[in-house]
Amino acid sequence: MKKADAVLRTENLTKRFGSLEVARDVSIALPRGARHALIGPNGAGKTSLVNLITGQLHPDSGRVLLAGADITTMPRAERVKAGLARTFQINALFPDLTPLEAVVLAVCERQGTAGQFWRSLSSHGKSIDEAFGILRQLRLDDVATRTTRTLAYGQQRLLEIGLALATQPKVLLLDEPAAGVPKGESTELFSVIAALPDDISVLFIEHDMNLVFKFASRIIVLVSGGVLLEAEPDVIRADQRVRDVYLGRAKHG
Amino acid sequence: MAELSLSGAEPHRWLRRQSRWTGWEAAFWIAAFVPFLLFPTYLTLASQIAIAALFALSVDLILGYAGIVTLGHAMFFGLGAYCAGLITKAGWGEPISGLLVAGAFAAFAGFVVSFIIVRVQHLALIMITLGLGLLTYELANAMNWLTGGTDGLQGVDVWPLFETFDFDLWGYTAYGYALALLFIGVIVARRIVHSSFGLSLRGVRENLNRMPAIGSPYRRRLQTIYTISAGIAGIAGALLTQTTETVSLETLSFQRSADVVVMLILGGTGRLYGGIVGAVIFMVARDQLAGINPQYWYFWIGLLLMLVVLVMPKGVLGGLARLVAKVRT
Amino acid sequence: MIVIFDGIAFGMLLFVLSVGLSVTLGLMNFVNLAHGAFAMLGGYVAVLTTREFGLPFLAALPVAFIAAAFVGVACERSLFRLLYRAGELNQVLFTIGVVFVASAIAAYLFGTGQQPIQLPGYLRGSVEIGDMRLGVYRLFLIAVALAITAVLVFGLEFTRFGARVRASVDNQRVAQGLGIDVDTVFAVTFALGCGLAGLGGALAVEIVGLDPTFAFHYLIYVLIVVSVGGLGSIGGSFAAATVLGIGDVAGKYFVPQVGSFLIYLLMVGILFWRPHGIFGRR
Repeated sequence: MKKADAVLRTENLTKRFGSLEVARDVSIALPRGARHALIGPNGAGKTSLVNLITGQLHPDSGRVLLAGADITTMPRAERVKAGLARTFQINALFPDLTPLEAVVLAVCERQGTAGQFWRSLSSHGKSIDEAFGILRQLRLDDVATRTTRTLAYGQQRLLEIGLALATQPKVLLLDEPAAGVPKGESTELFSVIAALPDDISVLFIEHDMNLVFKFASRIIVLVSGGVLLEAEPDVIRADQRVRDVYLGRAKHG
Repeated sequence: MAELSLSGAEPHRWLRRQSRWTGWEAAFWIAAFVPFLLFPTYLTLASQIAIAALFALSVDLILGYAGIVTLGHAMFFGLGAYCAGLITKAGWGEPISGLLVAGAFAAFAGFVVSFIIVRVQHLALIMITLGLGLLTYELANAMNWLTGGTDGLQGVDVWPLFETFDFDLWGYTAYGYALALLFIGVIVARRIVHSSFGLSLRGVRENLNRMPAIGSPYRRRLQTIYTISAGIAGIAGALLTQTTETVSLETLSFQRSADVVVMLILGGTGRLYGGIVGAVIFMVARDQLAGINPQYWYFWIGLLLMLVVLVMPKGVLGGLARLVAKVRT
Repeated sequence: MIVIFDGIAFGMLLFVLSVGLSVTLGLMNFVNLAHGAFAMLGGYVAVLTTREFGLPFLAALPVAFIAAAFVGVACERSLFRLLYRAGELNQVLFTIGVVFVASAIAAYLFGTGQQPIQLPGYLRGSVEIGDMRLGVYRLFLIAVALAITAVLVFGLEFTRFGARVRASVDNQRVAQGLGIDVDTVFAVTFALGCGLAGLGGALAVEIVGLDPTFAFHYLIYVLIVVSVGGLGSIGGSFAAATVLGIGDVAGKYFVPQVGSFLIYLLMVGILFWRPHGIFGRR
């Protein structure tokens, strides 16, 4: 894959906390329409990598490029406006708002109309329609007007994705989207992810190997902050090093 | 009710319903006219309550909706009060224009302070608001050539409202004026709260960390609401000056900053009318109890505060809302 | 020069009053504005025991400590623990309510006037050191504060209980996972904190007087020391208290008009630059 094709690219990202290296020279590239998985043992630095890409963490060295533009020093909110969105491993929702309000908020923020304190909320007709459309896509339209804290955990995880989708991202980073979701619902959750538009590039962190091999077109293996291997699922499955480091352990649950 | 599947028109209807005027609100405003007819001797107290309610409303906007804890908002109340007083002393006694200038002055001060406010949280934020309030008080005390110091500002002369209604000891003009401004304040607050801006404030309150993750320049939002809140507080302070024709250091005191927060907790934060309900309860109780014995007042308000926080943390309005929800199901 | 000395003495008093709150705030994240009320309690207990029961002053100090510690832990076990997850505003308001009630009770029982305290002869007067006349009581205050600092630092660094406190401050969940009974650590630390406040209150009567408004008035000083010094930092409290003590006394002496104003301005500035206090963590 040529460098120019990558929508999201990191170049030699490095970050350490004292003696702990959470990112070692990490260079990855995400093409358009990617469905890539990021796997690795606990503590490998997967969430830290996402934090580095989104700007929650500042790298010691290295660059992050979005559609060719260097965003390494861009503040978080601006990266989102540029098309980079993420979900959180632990739900970061608005407990007292309803899903409808939360997604409408995200849509208005994207459109830059959220600061208009003189306009009533119901006058943002198009935004409301768009927000409801997203909720429908995620099959949350039934519960759109119930308070978020009363939703089932699986529904909350879907809302987590919905908030990210409302920003109309070019690149979507999903941090363990199915974490804590019962087995039966996680497949459905991933089918929603699979149904995302083709031009969105998705990178998802996941521990469940079944889901990874089912939905990923390419897998990146991260160990102790560094990229061990990046290849197609079959190659990963067969690789001895990956087996030793990660897949072997995964069999024990 | 909300369990049914929503069609395309439902979300619009639901959102519109959130901002509709309720029967309770209408009843409240009708009841607000009662003092004119039934309690004419209490009109002074009534206008004090209306002023306190407007001040509480301004604090609710930042405390209840944006989650900014402040123990020093009397700073803006007092700045507005002194500004209005000084304008009359400079020779211009027209009330409405004086009020607006005072409000603008307080809003400007709020804008300046907001740069600090949005960059701190938790204990540092509480202490900074407290510290700013205290230092404004000290400053006003020290500048007694301007403010009159502990003696207060003397010689505040306010011209009659609309050139016909005199601010006299009967209190009709004062209460009517204060009530009208409270009403305008509530209308403005309603519009803000039920806008997408209000929604983003609630987002900040609910999960600050998620806001930049949805691309929100939340600091700008917080600065805007803080400035608006300071302006409204300043208007409340100017109201006090114009209706009582005095200004004292008390308008800048920590006591006033603390009292208004207590009123909000009593009534319930984030509910628009919580500050008003709290102001009514607080001021009426204080009027009755402090008359008997000032120590009595402190004991009972302290106890009430402890009780409300433990048992009804959402205040009177929150408790009522829960009751109504229970009755419905 | 004498101003510096008086300032240091006042700072030592503020330290004793504040260190308890710094540790409990850092440990339990519970904004306890009633801390001033415990100090006031210690003051009134000291006055009562020396005046009504004829207890010598030095014996009244530990009594004040124990009384405040006892009432403190009783409040913590019964009321405060209900609010650990209630959010800052609610904790602030609840404990302000406690201060209101305590002030009212004090006024009811003792009246609103200042309470004098009888010092033993050997603590009165002053001594000549070098070319300065230094108050004996103030020297006593400094000595007590330094002794307390030594005990606290020794206790935290070198005892098992101290280790448990430090672990719980650092990371509560991990500490619990290691089998540390965080609940007991909380209770004992809170008792110690309130006890120190009570001791401070007893010591304060001679320097600044005692009346029902004590709880409020010194709450502001204590809050400044704790927030500027940094939560959970004994050294931070020590430094901040000393600076505040000197600043306050010097301010009132040299620039009485704007003394407090400068202190508040400085506090706002420091907190903006270092929101966790100068020596705070996190």
